[in-house]
Amino acid sequence: MATPTLDKADAAGAPEPGFADSPYITVTFRIRRFNPEVSAESVWEDFQLQIDPKERVLDALHKIKWDQDGTLTFRRSCAHGICGSDAMRINGKNRLACKTLIKDLNPAKPITVEAIKGLTVMKDLVVDMDPFFQAYRDVMPFLITKDTNEPTRERLQSAEDRERFDDTTKCILCAACTSSCPVFWNDGQYFGPAAIVNAHRFIFDSRDEAGEQRLEILNDKDGVWRCRTTFNCTDACPRGIEVTKAIQEVKRALITRRI
Amino acid sequence: MKIHKYDTVIVGAGGAGMRAAIEATKRSRTAVLTKLYPTRSHTGAAQGGMAAALANVEEDNWEWHTFDTVKGGDYLVDQDAAEILAKEAIDSVLDLEKMGLPFNRTPDGTIDQRRFGGHSRNHGEAPVRRSCYAADRTGHMILQTLYQNCVKEGVEFFNEFYVLDQLITEVDGVKHSAGVVAYELATGEIHVFQAKAVIYASGGTGKFFKVTSNAHTLTGDGQAAVYRRGLPLEDMEFFQFHPTGIWRMGILLTEGARGEGGILRNKDGERFMEKYAPVMKDLASRDVVSRSIYTEIREGRGCGPEGDHVYLDLTHLPPEQLDAKLPDITEFARTYLGIEPYTDPIPIQPTAHYAMGGIPTNVEGEVLSDNTTVVPGLYAAGEVACVSVHGANRLGTNSLLDINVFGRRAGIAAAEYSAKAGYVELPENPAEQVVNQVERLRNSTGTERVAAIRLELQECMDANVMVFRTEQTIKTAVEKIAELRERYKNVSVQDKGKRFNTDLLEAIELGNLLDLAEVMAVSALARKESRGGHYREDYPNRDDVNFMRHTMAYREVGEDGTESIRLDYKPVVQTRYQPMERKY
Repeated sequence: MATPTLDKADAAGAPEPGFADSPYITVTFRIRRFNPEVSAESVWEDFQLQIDPKERVLDALHKIKWDQDGTLTFRRSCAHGICGSDAMRINGKNRLACKTLIKDLNPAKPITVEAIKGLTVMKDLVVDMDPFFQAYRDVMPFLITKDTNEPTRERLQSAEDRERFDDTTKCILCAACTSSCPVFWNDGQYFGPAAIVNAHRFIFDSRDEAGEQRLEILNDKDGVWRCRTTFNCTDACPRGIEVTKAIQEVKRALITRRI
Repeated sequence: MKIHKYDTVIVGAGGAGMRAAIEATKRSRTAVLTKLYPTRSHTGAAQGGMAAALANVEEDNWEWHTFDTVKGGDYLVDQDAAEILAKEAIDSVLDLEKMGLPFNRTPDGTIDQRRFGGHSRNHGEAPVRRSCYAADRTGHMILQTLYQNCVKEGVEFFNEFYVLDQLITEVDGVKHSAGVVAYELATGEIHVFQAKAVIYASGGTGKFFKVTSNAHTLTGDGQAAVYRRGLPLEDMEFFQFHPTGIWRMGILLTEGARGEGGILRNKDGERFMEKYAPVMKDLASRDVVSRSIYTEIREGRGCGPEGDHVYLDLTHLPPEQLDAKLPDITEFARTYLGIEPYTDPIPIQPTAHYAMGGIPTNVEGEVLSDNTTVVPGLYAAGEVACVSVHGANRLGTNSLLDINVFGRRAGIAAAEYSAKAGYVELPENPAEQVVNQVERLRNSTGTERVAAIRLELQECMDANVMVFRTEQTIKTAVEKIAELRERYKNVSVQDKGKRFNTDLLEAIELGNLLDLAEVMAVSALARKESRGGHYREDYPNRDDVNFMRHTMAYREVGEDGTESIRLDYKPVVQTRYQPMERKY
């Protein structure tokens, strides 16, 4: 006998907690299509499909691509919210397609999917990420120390000091925050929340010695002071990072010059 | 077509590729070609930790770690390589800390360590705390830290460049690496990269299974590129099934959950691992735990209406501990299953996780064209490679270690080679094969669809070459794969464009998966024994007399164009340890 096959659907018997029987439902996806090889204008296109509402939006996009229209184009990789490839605007909110279940979206109405805003759309849901990564690189996102003699063992850090910047280490650079920010939409020169989050991760790391330099970078006219505290970024973050709080902490450090 | 010239080209930007890039960029003009933006790589999905005998929290040493690695690999591990892995583990972890990696800390401020499957004190006496970790997102932190240091070093990336072919030129009868051919996703343009040294670090092949922890993009691209050029693949029958994937979805739930005290239970609530591994219990090696889970399921003690899974029980652990040590996996349970791990057990099943086999290399990362001959200028590291430090079954936390130790070694070795070697001449018309492949797929009017063939392949692999295998099931797989390979010749894509043609990309990836699935099944059929991750119900015992040797699979093309696989074998390097019966 071989390894048991585990994908038999709809078995009889009492459902377990969290596994109530869920018959397939019909859902309409309204996707903003754009392909400059075909047309200079974007268009909304509707796709109907049968899907289990416990599945992810990414599963739905795959079903459309694989069964209906192979030209539908989007980025994805890990499919469980770790790699940050599939940030998109779903029903008007920035989310990861692989972390958004159909059932949480009111599937009775058409579900809209479009590219994240503020970055140039290359094709369908794919945007040009280079400006986003440039802003990230500009905040010097790496540990800088001035010791002339590197310790032979690890640097010591207390659990409290480690906890101080824990929240901002969770960033997966998906751009959901930055592309949800109205300031960024209006002015692409603004560093944007993700770059500030990554600066925060080092500014508040007790091992780092370049906090002052990073603060000066963020004191720029395109730096933290552009933030209008709309909290869109915090709502958009699929990792639950308190992005606005991190930006406020950077602002406070700039005012008090104390980290 | 564009031609580029670099000293060193690295294919892939996960942990191994970026660790290599940090070294190679300091020493040579280096380009990193990567199918994904670097931070999208699947190293980021690794959770539990990185093994190193730091002895920060209890007595430990690299010799115990070496022994555990050899035993964990069911004595198919090359013991010289395992010793390097365990010895260099310590500096590897310290290097990452100095690069900025935010490890969890002990009350003294040193790097904290926790238990993990198969890691023991004094040759199996009891579990030992050897895994250095950052909550349950150690892989994420390693990937981010390495990318940060690539930014610092000014590493040159070619993002969304998909390497499709390895260029080989014979010089005085010896195969040399001449470079690679890549497809630029944004434009559809073909690029030839001439390089003195090429390092493959392009990851695993897990997407030929259906229930898998692997990303959609893990399609064995590097393995397929070199295999099609006549180079061998080693030990491809050995694939690891991680015991705790989310039921049906396959999403990984770290072994660290059991390291923190989590328990596997069957439908009667019984802690069944006590029966199978009295000492290590839930922390036995992964092959042992996965087989035990399926044994429970087959004997009718599985959970749920279909009895097709078991539970990972974390409910006895304090919520604060789950929040601090296992925040991501508890969130996965909430997001994808609607289950609260504080109060409810999590339904799990084994999930296809890791390829122990791959491109054969020596301990410097140099690729071999047979049992001993090095291909000058060609290197591999990480999951794409087979050193072999994992043998027949990899220990948890040894893969994050592998990418750092052997990524670093390959980066240094390749850059040192390219500093002294000259360029090898490119073959005539170097992009020809890739141009033909791309144009054939783009212009095909065939009726077969990529998604249909891929799904049939995945279902066939899950049913026939997963945790339990027999002559019959493997033969079924071999026949099915042959049929799918025939049908693949008639596959077409709907997207005929040049710009971000992911339809075409998926078609190419499927071709790689089919080739590698065939190598796996054919290698598994010939190995008439059970060892580590390869379990044959018709040959349930390990057979050291006939099979304590590595499989080497070669693609052969006959004069009439027919393809076949030739199997050869390579001896295992044994230094300190004689094979013993494996008990946990």
